[in-house]
Amino acid sequence: MSMRQTRDSVPVIDMRGVWSRYRDVVVHRNLDFRVERGEVIALVGGSGSGKTTLLREILGLLLPAEGSIRLFGHEIGSANSVALAAVRNRLGMLFQQGALFSALSVYDNIAFPLRELRFMDEAWIADIVRLKLDMVGLEEKHAPLMPAELSGGMIKRVALARALAVEPELLLLDEPTAGLDPARSRSFVALVRELQQSLGLTVVLVTHDFDTIAGLESQVAILAEQQILARGTLAEVAALPHPAIRAFFAPMGFYGAEDR
Amino acid sequence: MSAADSLPELVIVGNEAVLRGEWTLAALGALASSCRKTLFHALAYAGGEVSTWHLDGVSRLDSAVAVLLWRHWQGKFPARLSLPDALRPTLERVAVAPISEPLQRDQMKLSCIERVGLWSLTGWRDLFRLCAGLIELLGALVLTTLRLLRHSRLIPWKEFSANLYRAGFEALPVSALVGILIGMTISYLSAAQLKIYGADIFIVNLLGMGIIRELGPVLAAVLVAGRSGSAMTAQIGVMRVTEEIDALAALGVSGTVRVVFPKVAALLVAMPLLVVWVSMAALLGGALAAYWELDLSLLYFFQPLPNVVPIANLWICLGKGVVFGFLIALLACWFGLNVRPNTESLSRHTTASVVTAITLVILADAVFAILTRGVGLPWGG
Repeated sequence: MSMRQTRDSVPVIDMRGVWSRYRDVVVHRNLDFRVERGEVIALVGGSGSGKTTLLREILGLLLPAEGSIRLFGHEIGSANSVALAAVRNRLGMLFQQGALFSALSVYDNIAFPLRELRFMDEAWIADIVRLKLDMVGLEEKHAPLMPAELSGGMIKRVALARALAVEPELLLLDEPTAGLDPARSRSFVALVRELQQSLGLTVVLVTHDFDTIAGLESQVAILAEQQILARGTLAEVAALPHPAIRAFFAPMGFYGAEDR
Repeated sequence: MSAADSLPELVIVGNEAVLRGEWTLAALGALASSCRKTLFHALAYAGGEVSTWHLDGVSRLDSAVAVLLWRHWQGKFPARLSLPDALRPTLERVAVAPISEPLQRDQMKLSCIERVGLWSLTGWRDLFRLCAGLIELLGALVLTTLRLLRHSRLIPWKEFSANLYRAGFEALPVSALVGILIGMTISYLSAAQLKIYGADIFIVNLLGMGIIRELGPVLAAVLVAGRSGSAMTAQIGVMRVTEEIDALAALGVSGTVRVVFPKVAALLVAMPLLVVWVSMAALLGGALAAYWELDLSLLYFFQPLPNVVPIANLWICLGKGVVFGFLIALLACWFGLNVRPNTESLSRHTTASVVTAITLVILADAVFAILTRGVGLPWGG
């Protein structure tokens, strides 16, 4: 049991003193960000505030100019490729447009990361694909379809199934409900929430949608002025007097009519 | 540095199996492959022989490994099973998952003969589609041209000049290089034969007729099909994948006017010029080789050229350029417009565009040879 406690005490994501720049534009200035196991955190902020950059840095697709990023206690800047692959297998990413492999069927898309592990036989993979399809509310008849034949909501579900295929402990979602109608978006949020609770996932998401945040009962981290300005529940954060935060929440009608 | 904090362990004692440690994909992945194989063999053995399973010592179990256990338990809970409460939901989720036949992905198992039949049938179907599609595109193009002639302010000059620059001007260096090298090779090989008969001066007739009438146009067409045809197909194909063609239509801009017409028009202009350019380069290469090999000075090479190659051959050469350019651009646009929205289709169509264009160009060249068999031959046709 002591083994689990040491494991649980290591933060899933630990970013310290991170600076990121695009040419001359500073996107993050000495940013600190910690996510503990089992937390659900929504990154919010205006367009161009560096939310997607932060997500890409966590994924290791982008290296920050300065600072350290640790995933599950492993420094990703210095980790060798084998260690990095092992760390990547512990996280799943849902891209905004799904990013399904357009030449592969739904089945092969979900089976792809499993086949990459190279120690599973096809029968085992088929059982897992069936289980994941069931988890995200799809049926077996959808398995042979190609991504071009799917609707937007189904693409998100298949992408979620693929992200969940290798049993990640950390799930990253980029705008999970963008482009879905309200009913679909609500059911997708409910699905993510249920999976998060039953699998004990840590979830970091980027979103503009307050219904998504409410539906996931998520914490909120505000990204503004190149830093994480505030963190807490939606109500706590919205109540803060900082002008940048007020400017972000006011158009949503958060403070009643007098602020508009 | 391993991804797992504790390794999976399996102990089989008589009729009991004891599982300990972390049973996750990450933990299995961290094992050496020989250990993993042994573990899988032991699990398979235990699945058939053991009826009592102790999972109390398992710290983590993910659903992928739960699926594996479930398979070895032959789809039901073992007779005696002890496990911590935290793991129960994972196993139960696997237990209630819909069980059915293995997912069938290749429904059709075809015999060899059926394969040949299917292959030839789809071949005919594709050929029919290609012909119908080309005629349709040609019709749209003619209508567009008529419309543009009436409303000259709609003519997309910018796109036309951009395509002319890319397909024409930027192709000059590489086509000159290829032309010179091919010309040299042919001249060098012919010179060796002609020397035997003392017919050195006929190198001019040979190269002049061969290059201007046949080789120049075909060489230029092969180069342009590979260079510009593929680029056009890929560009239009990506515009299809990213729905840019639909966006153009939604903005009230005709794709035929903005995308297809400038490409076809640009190649119609650029190809004859390129054909002349390649022919010139090949003749120059040939003359240089003749100078080195036969001591035939450049003056003596080029001076008799107008006499031994009648001017009609130049018109044939230019005509071939126009026709080949039109064929290449039309095929490139058709294949591009018919890309289905996936990467596989994009690569297939780009390949098909180039291969079909080169094949059709050679076919058209044969037709030209038949139609012009009495024209421009110095020995009187």
